[in-house]
Amino acid sequence: MTEQLLERQRGVATGGGDQHIAARGLDSGVPTIVIAPGGSGSMNLAELWRYRELVYFLAARDVKVKYKQTALGAAWVLIQPVLAMAIFTLFLGSLAGLPSDGIPYPLFAYLGLLPWTYFSNATTNASTSLVTNTALVARVYFPRLAIPIAAVLSGLLDFAIGFGLLLVLLIVFQVGLRPSLLLVPLLMALTMANALAVSLWLSALDVRYRDVRAAIPFAIQVWMFATPVVYPASLVPAAYRPLYGLNPMASVVDTFRWAVVGRGEPSAAMLAISAAVVLITLLTGLLYFRRVERSFADVI
Amino acid sequence: MTDTVIRVEDLSKLYRLGRTHDRHDTIRDHLTHRARSLFRRHRGGNLIPGSHPVTTGQRASSSDQTDTIWALDGVSFEVKRGEILGIVGRNGAGKSTLLKILSRITEPTRGRAELHGRIGSLLEVGTGFHPELTGRDNIWLYGAILGMNRTEIQRDFDAIVDFAEIEKFIDTPVKHYSSGMYIRLAFAVAAHLDVDLLFADEVLAVGDLAFRRKCLGKMKDVATAGRTVMFVSHDLASVQSLCPRVILLRLGRLAHDGPTDVVVREYLAQLNTGTDRAFTNNPERSGSGAVRLTWGEALDELRQPSRYLVAGRPAYLSFRYENRTGVKRANILLTIYNHLGVAVTHFDMASTRGEIEGLLNEGVIACQISMLPLPIGQYRVAIAVQINGENADHIPNAILFEVTSSVFYPSGKTPDINHCTCMIAHAWSHTTMTNISK
Repeated sequence: MTEQLLERQRGVATGGGDQHIAARGLDSGVPTIVIAPGGSGSMNLAELWRYRELVYFLAARDVKVKYKQTALGAAWVLIQPVLAMAIFTLFLGSLAGLPSDGIPYPLFAYLGLLPWTYFSNATTNASTSLVTNTALVARVYFPRLAIPIAAVLSGLLDFAIGFGLLLVLLIVFQVGLRPSLLLVPLLMALTMANALAVSLWLSALDVRYRDVRAAIPFAIQVWMFATPVVYPASLVPAAYRPLYGLNPMASVVDTFRWAVVGRGEPSAAMLAISAAVVLITLLTGLLYFRRVERSFADVI
Repeated sequence: MTDTVIRVEDLSKLYRLGRTHDRHDTIRDHLTHRARSLFRRHRGGNLIPGSHPVTTGQRASSSDQTDTIWALDGVSFEVKRGEILGIVGRNGAGKSTLLKILSRITEPTRGRAELHGRIGSLLEVGTGFHPELTGRDNIWLYGAILGMNRTEIQRDFDAIVDFAEIEKFIDTPVKHYSSGMYIRLAFAVAAHLDVDLLFADEVLAVGDLAFRRKCLGKMKDVATAGRTVMFVSHDLASVQSLCPRVILLRLGRLAHDGPTDVVVREYLAQLNTGTDRAFTNNPERSGSGAVRLTWGEALDELRQPSRYLVAGRPAYLSFRYENRTGVKRANILLTIYNHLGVAVTHFDMASTRGEIEGLLNEGVIACQISMLPLPIGQYRVAIAVQINGENADHIPNAILFEVTSSVFYPSGKTPDINHCTCMIAHAWSHTTMTNISK
């Protein structure tokens, strides 16, 4: 299974023309590199694309290592959200009696936990990924963006397995499949972008200031309560919804629930605000990351 | 169309060695320092003309100069296509910094470099290997890290496994590998990098002798294939074997750039401006330290210390040691190198007369050569004290001496050191032909 994981065809042509021709190249086809203080402040996404296979291998490495170290393998991936679902159902659903938009509370909680667990794991891992890969940062050349991107991607397998369980739950609770399920990939894309955006800032800061990583678990906890994971978004008064939309995960979770079981009232306005927030965080994060990238190897 | 593939101009790198309270490792420290310096500036009022202005995050102090170090200072050189350039220097001379900058891992503070061609950088062997993954998975991962793409790795996969000689273990997690296997695998992947410019930092210092020879051979193949190589090493023997041209770095500056034997000689001379340096503050020295050599010198036939010896006469190599532990048995290994880096001969006490059995707290060990058979030239003696096969002390440049004259052959002349490492007593005869039976 691991063999297939590594050698799965990605369907992307990798020709021999991987080297871009610089304007000052001596022979055509031979890249010219100029090294000077100030470096390149450009986004250089072309170079990141050239290193896409490295991104894949780094993500594959994280996935394989995680699975190899557990006795239970894939089952472990489900324990986190299922256990949380059980605890929340007991304390918040039954004992505290939180409303759940008419959906049975366990399913309600799981619908929130699934995207949330992906986001919190992806953000936590990606925010510390540069320091975790100190050896690579200090000794190998490649666009450093590859590291947080790989960390964000490596959580997708766990999400896929959790989604499989969700489909099982839908059957158990006798909820039919809906066409709005097609929205799920879009929502996940937004979540990934959000995780990456936050991690670009945090991972770059983490390299320089080591107290950043101590605050992350706490921040994620607080963030969870600002997101309608264990309570429905309908609890938030309509007037405050746009403000609520400043938390991109609020829109994601809310819309996710609606997309899967058709309950709740997500608003396109909220989603639009969230998308804008993610876009801004992502762009500014990219700029900051690229600006401080040059000094990573010296500081790490 | 020029053939210069690497052009380095005035390349320099400044590092700040902040004292701990000036370097902020946490945001909390950074913020409190900023707050404090803001407060201080308001109190300070006008700047005194001539003083350093206070910039945020720094304090002007008289010891500002010692807070920074130029790891590289104005280094300039050029390398042509297909050249193999060796880089030598003491620890801290700037060799690794130079390679790091050329590998784009860190930025220069000043100067520039121009590189033409695809770059492959080996600053450390096996970076990114993960112990939980199998050898196969690590080949893919490490190949990708080095910059190979999927087709290249696939194409060379079998050759890599073959070179590393680990075919049986390719699907075992690397954490079960011996350190030798680990290194062999890492080097095997790196050896198949298809690049125009290869930068290698101390990568041949690993593995056993057989493997190192294999790696050296592979490096030579890489070079003959028209690729350009920059090779940093402390192993002078391999530098001399691989590189026709060497640059010597000293305290961040380019001290010498020229043919290998010339530069290496200067490097060794630098290391030993006074033989006592070989024994007191020698960065080339290694070993556990259980038994330590405290002095070494060459003695002439009259047992007088001398740097200049006569071939054909007795010579002595004498060492003083001190024994910090209660160890009783030790072996001495000694190798004599000529200035071309060729090992002329090697003495292993255990195989000639057996180990020393009664080591004292302090003593003298001497090696007597009855008729010094070395041609005229300069020589270096490397010595190692071994306890149970482990180096207690290893000094590659313990004694330097020169053979300036010879009575080995009646003529008083010696053959050219380029063709003769060691003189051998022999006799010629010339006779008429006699009947040879068919």
